[in-house]
Amino acid sequence: MSVRDALLALLDRRPAYGYELKADFEAATGDGWPLNIGQVYSTLQRCERDDLATAQDEADDQGRRLWTISAEGREAVASWLETPAASVEASRDAFSLKVLMAIEARPDQVDDLIRDQRNATMSELQALTREKTTVADGDLARQLHLDRSVLLVEAQVRWLDMVEARIDTHGKANS
Amino acid sequence: MTTALLDLQNASLTLGEGIARVDALIDVNLTVTSGELVAVTGRSGSGKSSLLNVAGGLTALSSGTATVEGEALAGLRPRDLAARRRRSIGYVFQDLNLLPTLTAAENVAFPLELDGVKVAEARAAADVALARLEIADLAGRFPDEMSGGQRQRVAIARGVVGDRRLLLADEPTGALDEVTAENVMKLIRSLCDEGAAALVVTHDPSLAAWADRVVRLRDGRIDSITEAGT
Repeated sequence: MSVRDALLALLDRRPAYGYELKADFEAATGDGWPLNIGQVYSTLQRCERDDLATAQDEADDQGRRLWTISAEGREAVASWLETPAASVEASRDAFSLKVLMAIEARPDQVDDLIRDQRNATMSELQALTREKTTVADGDLARQLHLDRSVLLVEAQVRWLDMVEARIDTHGKANS
Repeated sequence: MTTALLDLQNASLTLGEGIARVDALIDVNLTVTSGELVAVTGRSGSGKSSLLNVAGGLTALSSGTATVEGEALAGLRPRDLAARRRRSIGYVFQDLNLLPTLTAAENVAFPLELDGVKVAEARAAADVALARLEIADLAGRFPDEMSGGQRQRVAIARGVVGDRRLLLADEPTGALDEVTAENVMKLIRSLCDEGAAALVVTHDPSLAAWADRVVRLRDGRIDSITEAGT
């Protein structure tokens, strides 16, 4: 539901056309969350069905319809913004699954697998860091998006370090 | 043309004796050239600080060679080794080690004065270094009159004052908040882009990611090297 809520939050500022909402959404998320225009319109239509927003009855001469948030929509936005979001689901992701299965299925190769994975993840971190240097000073949204990406990837590197350390300790304890 | 500012070949270091004997570094090969920023990571006890110590000539290798700006450190008399260190290498540490009774400019000029450079010349070089790091306005301030980030910039200015081009840094951002720490790494990055070279020990992956190469040590050996753009 977060895309719906985000579009409503943007509509809460002022009425807008669908294509404007797509552009505003992508700018606000630092171009880190591209939206399909079809998704924007289908979401807006659901908002209309649920009385959260309304579209102008008549399209303008370019075939565009201006969208306006309703009182119910404003309440939905307020409730969404004021309710703390759950953090990223940490227990299930492809990255950790591969590492955990490597420990089970390839215990004799796990050192090499962790090393290769750390190299790949560190390389990703270096690429993100280089990208940071290209962000214009005033582009707060892009800067925040990259900061978040860097911290998420950094967490994976740190976790791999811990996996290695735990395996070492575990191995020593069992030897 | 790139110049090797630091070259370690088959570098091994054994510390202690008998039951306390530790192989701190084992067969490390590492060359750092002008323009390069190299980060060193690894767990506690992996050999990071030992690597910095041998690179800076503070600890002699048990075997192998350490060369700074083309000069092998092992063959130097203590006096010449100290001179080589002062002329070629700048150190930046987590706890800064700025002298509290000296201003920023005096702190930056200090290593040159130790090396026999006349006071006026050393101060002029300090002014150049402070300007290079865009902190000329801090010249007259004492360490306790500056923020942590400002003090770290002064320490880096001291590290590169004069013609010193090899910067060795041990957790240089340890006491700083995330944004200030990133600014310090950006600064070291830009110094390298201008022709210096840096070997930076850090436990922080996102700061290591500013480096051209991330060298990971494990039990005294190079476990992996991640190059930017690979």
